[in-house]
Amino acid sequence: MVGGDAAAVEVTDVVVRYGDTTAVDGVSLCLPRGRVLALLGHNGAGKTSLLQVCEGFRRPDDGRVRVLGLDPVGDHDALMPRLGIMLQSGGVYPWATAGEILRLFASFAANPLDTDMLLDRLGLRRFERTRFRRLSGGEQQRLSLAVALVGRPELVFLDEPTAGMDTEARHTTWQLIEELRADGVSVLLTTHLLDEAERLADDVVIMRSGRVAATGTPAELTSAAAVDVLEVRADPGLDMAGLRGRWSVAEPSPGQYTISGALDTAGLAEVLTWFASAGADVTAVNTRRRTLEDVYLALTTQTPVGAAQ
Amino acid sequence: MSTFAPAPGRAPMRTILATQIRMELLLTARRGEAVVLAMGVPLLVLLGAGLFDVTNLPTEDRLGYVVPGVLALTVMSTAFTGQAITTGYERSYGVLKRLGASPLTRPGLLLAKTAAVLVQIVVQVLVLALVGLAVGWRPEAGALLPALGVTVLAAAGYSGLALLLASVLKPETTTGAATLIYVVMLSVGGIMFGAPDLGTAGWFLLPLAAHAEALRETLMHGGSVPAGIWLALVAWAVLWPAVAARKFRWE
Repeated sequence: MVGGDAAAVEVTDVVVRYGDTTAVDGVSLCLPRGRVLALLGHNGAGKTSLLQVCEGFRRPDDGRVRVLGLDPVGDHDALMPRLGIMLQSGGVYPWATAGEILRLFASFAANPLDTDMLLDRLGLRRFERTRFRRLSGGEQQRLSLAVALVGRPELVFLDEPTAGMDTEARHTTWQLIEELRADGVSVLLTTHLLDEAERLADDVVIMRSGRVAATGTPAELTSAAAVDVLEVRADPGLDMAGLRGRWSVAEPSPGQYTISGALDTAGLAEVLTWFASAGADVTAVNTRRRTLEDVYLALTTQTPVGAAQ
Repeated sequence: MSTFAPAPGRAPMRTILATQIRMELLLTARRGEAVVLAMGVPLLVLLGAGLFDVTNLPTEDRLGYVVPGVLALTVMSTAFTGQAITTGYERSYGVLKRLGASPLTRPGLLLAKTAAVLVQIVVQVLVLALVGLAVGWRPEAGALLPALGVTVLAAAGYSGLALLLASVLKPETTTGAATLIYVVMLSVGGIMFGAPDLGTAGWFLLPLAAHAEALRETLMHGGSVPAGIWLALVAWAVLWPAVAARKFRWE
């Protein structure tokens, strides 16, 4: 029904230049059908430029892009009805009302979603007769999202979908994106929010200075060099020799122990049993997983590009 | 429930174009200054200069001279001034880019814009002509076809120049330039006063004067359009759209 076995998005060695500046420098990525891929990176990392190439707004200076198996520039008119596009800003008439804009785009589609339902879902019903330029930044974003979805696309491109939204709108949007995925829509989104990528994405591509710094599922990225940490508060000055060898053990401040390494349930039990058998009085226990933030900060602030893979 | 299950597809192109044309017309009607330039000013000139001896005209038949000029003016205001301002802002707001990347497509968007401009011109010309008839304008009906021909040429030339300005200038600059050109043309275009006699070169420099003169020749005298005017308007209708097609920018 959705046509062909081609991946939703396939980008191979793509280069995008603006004059002397190389915005995208040899990026490859693949978004299989029905999955959510997050392009994560600082502002200026090349996320939007890459998205623009996928949307057919510009031709890559080098490399190859296929969207639903088609060339976004050469097959532009055939491809567009199958895509939902949410630009970072603008793209609609400032003097038209929210309802008029959404109904205009709905009229372009063969099987549009119910516009009232979309306005309700995105909390825009009371702005139906409000002109676009009178909406707040977050409300404009939500309308742009509605416009992207109203044609029941197979694939949506969302450029910083929750930028400018308050917490409630952000959660509504996240639920909506999860629902898209559950209904079989492929999603390529850009974000610089780690929690957004971690919550929504099947695959994360971390970009830095126009290149791919790392790629994988959130779980793969966080466990790539597993540094799970157990923090224990107990009597100071215990002799930890019994634990050394299997875990790396430290007492950074008196009575505050950190045990790091692979810690599954059995491992945790073993460590705590050791404390018990040592007669120690454990007053606090805390486990900590390596977060996507740890990975992201390590990749985007310290490691030179190229050594990061 | 799978609300968002993909079911993509393009509506029939007729539906798409119809709703887009309606949106273009709706938004134009909402822009007060566009309505003033397209209807208010021509109406004022028609009734003021057409009925009262407020300006010196090279003829006794004031309405016969003024009404064709006013019709030419309303064509320029919509095809040139209005279109330049609107397109300039739509470009800067990303509207052209976004609509071009919708099932409407870029050719569809240009088609819808052209159709909307034509609809406006037809409505404005009809309203102004009816007002003219109501206050005593008695045109010759024998040469309507050449009158229509020069009007289409003028509209094409104006549209080309409008899209060119909107593509190469910032929207604020476009607005200023398009309004200035409107005022200059209104003053020296042979609408309220006789146009300065620049010979044939004048028709190339002042398309409004050329268009107005052609409409007077046909509607006032039932005569034919001078070759110099045909040449000037054809040149405008070919030159500006061709340059615009090369320079047009979607974002």
